[in-house]
Amino acid sequence: MPVMSYINAITLAMKEEMERDEKVFVLGEDVGKKGGVFKATAGLYDQFGENRVIDTPLAESAIAGVGIGAAMYGMKPIAEFQFADFIMPAVNQIISEASRIRYRSNNDWSCPIVFRAPFGGGVHGALYHSQSVEAVFANQPGLKIVIPSTPYDAKGLLKAAVRDPDPVMFFEHKRAYRLIKGEVPEDDYTVEIGKADVKREGEDITVITYGLAVHFALQAAERLAEDGISVHVLDLRTIYPLDKEAIIEAAKKTGKVLLVTEDNKEGSIIGEVAAIIAENCLFDLDAPIQRLAGPDVPAMPYAPTMEKFFMINPDKVEKAMRDLAEF
Amino acid sequence: MAIENITMPQLGESVTEGTIEKWLVKPGDHVNKYDPLAEVNTDKVTAEVPSSFTGTIKELKAEEGDTLSVGDLVCTIETEGAGGGEAVEEAKPAAGEEANKSPVAGSQNEMELSGTQGSAKPAAQKGAKGRYSPAVLRLAQEHEIDLNQVEGSGRDGRITRKDLQQLIDSGSIPKEGTAPAASQPASEPEAGAQGTPQPAPKSAERKEAPPAEAAPGDKEIPVTGVRRAIAANMLKSKQEAPHAWTMVEVDVTNLVQYRDSLKKEFKEREGFNLTYFAFFVKAISQALKEFPMMNSMWAGDKIIQKKDINISIAVATEDALFVPVIKNADDKSVKGIAREINELAAKVRSGKLTSDEMKGGTFTVNNTGSFGSVQSMGIINYPQAAILQVESIVKRPVILEGGMMAPRDMVNLCLSLDHRVLDGLVCGRFLARVKEILENISKENTSVY
Repeated sequence: MPVMSYINAITLAMKEEMERDEKVFVLGEDVGKKGGVFKATAGLYDQFGENRVIDTPLAESAIAGVGIGAAMYGMKPIAEFQFADFIMPAVNQIISEASRIRYRSNNDWSCPIVFRAPFGGGVHGALYHSQSVEAVFANQPGLKIVIPSTPYDAKGLLKAAVRDPDPVMFFEHKRAYRLIKGEVPEDDYTVEIGKADVKREGEDITVITYGLAVHFALQAAERLAEDGISVHVLDLRTIYPLDKEAIIEAAKKTGKVLLVTEDNKEGSIIGEVAAIIAENCLFDLDAPIQRLAGPDVPAMPYAPTMEKFFMINPDKVEKAMRDLAEF
Repeated sequence: MAIENITMPQLGESVTEGTIEKWLVKPGDHVNKYDPLAEVNTDKVTAEVPSSFTGTIKELKAEEGDTLSVGDLVCTIETEGAGGGEAVEEAKPAAGEEANKSPVAGSQNEMELSGTQGSAKPAAQKGAKGRYSPAVLRLAQEHEIDLNQVEGSGRDGRITRKDLQQLIDSGSIPKEGTAPAASQPASEPEAGAQGTPQPAPKSAERKEAPPAEAAPGDKEIPVTGVRRAIAANMLKSKQEAPHAWTMVEVDVTNLVQYRDSLKKEFKEREGFNLTYFAFFVKAISQALKEFPMMNSMWAGDKIIQKKDINISIAVATEDALFVPVIKNADDKSVKGIAREINELAAKVRSGKLTSDEMKGGTFTVNNTGSFGSVQSMGIINYPQAAILQVESIVKRPVILEGGMMAPRDMVNLCLSLDHRVLDGLVCGRFLARVKEILENISKENTSVY
């Protein structure tokens, strides 16, 4: 099985889906000839031509709006926002139109579109190239939000997102693009949206997280294992709607739960995860549910020291894990 | 006698180990505290390891040339019994460490040391005792585990879910009533002798006073707002104000005659009864004017002497007690007071009393005589300084001045006072004044209008 980077898995997923279904097309800023600012669409322009890999003006509202219109007419657009930070002008299109149309039209219309966007910090991107925006969309019924952590999941989930009959937000951690490598099957497979995944089995504490933080948790778990502390790691993968069953099962397994996100702490996804656990697992809990998250200030400063202060990392996760294990 | 451990000290900030260069003592040697035991060589310094105890070297745990990590056991010392005040201090951390490492060994250690140790229970170990997570409580319930017998491995000795899971998996579940000796608290006489505060007897005391339980057939009456307020006020007063009590007896023969002579005519003319109680309230108001200290309140860092004389009177209903207030009672005539008592009592009984009418009282007069009492100890109507109980008027043979005996109408006045505010002297004078006023009531010098 070939080993490839996270971003190559994403490119491969788009390539395969465009080959499989000619209704699939890509639009976004610089996605065509340049192949995307991160090279996520590299090679697609050459293979599929300018009619299926469309460079758009710098107008996120239009990228979303054009995509939504096309999707409602039966196309399968993959709309790329260069940075998740720039998605804000398109929020009205995404929430008011894409997420509502099936409900609003009583099933007459649907909007099978994928909105892709790189998010997250740790690449010296400063304020407008580092943010986590998933929580903005995470209470909008009609939307699905997917954040894969591994190349395998990235390919499988993106292909599932393209085939999903409804709008899917697909957030890719930009630091994971070339940092994270893994085995990716060359065959056609999908990973079911809405299903979390146990990335490591453990007995002492449970860590629930998503995105790049999954790798931080796995690294920290490795260190704790040397001291005989066994960590259970659940990767949410889909953060809206949440896989409640998997969350409850993982929480009950150890009764000590650490939730990790890179997003600002207050109002983040993991607050909802904590609520699910609190509602369902009281008599299995052996410790207060713990959260490790970014501080409640805008993400994030440019100065490397301050970026480091803001970002979670394996050391911070390890410390929080040990603290919980000792409780 | 106890065995103490000497461990490899940290001989410098980044030093993690040391090599025994030379032993300066051998087993059986007597050493004093601070005597050198061995020369130790580290990569930074050569130093002597001092003894932390006075005693006899029991056993050397390392050979010359051995390299030991900081904290490793170097040798053991047998200390000399009861004189070891210093030894006790040193022993504490050692016992604590042991206990944390191995709970069973820890408690044995504790018992061994208990002769000399006094209160040296490792606090850390008991810190989280009695605080259980929902998971721990559930498992304890499901498997009938006696948590008092479980040693916790969590922070500060907290019992973790995993601790219980391991007990359950191992099948050796400590049940209630099978307590092993090690985890039982020291017996009470011993605890007393040591002067050690033992948590166990305390909790036993608490268990001796459980809330009353209803048996089948008993009637349970929910505590309503008024009852709750009465309970709270009474409790507050009784707990906060140090109550003292005194009583005088008053000859009210003249008052009885005077009132009886007016009673019928008054009722016909005014439409309500001229009660004895009105005369008492009037007399007390008058005396309060002369003894303003009686009409005051405790306010923490000061005593507030009230200008107005507002008399709270206690009016009972079947299931509650209200204290409406006769405002500025000293300004009012006996008739005015009688009217107000009548109106307030009627309002209480018809449930129309407003909370305004219960506010502002500065002194309480309680007509306990109305239900036949001849002596009672009132609870002060907080934050007032005193309460006066007017008891039943009874006919008694009394020896009068000059040695004659005669049937007289006698009444007891009982005063409960807040001893923070008032002392016996002022109360005695006040009561004497009330007595004087009452005994001198007559048609000639007292008008009811």
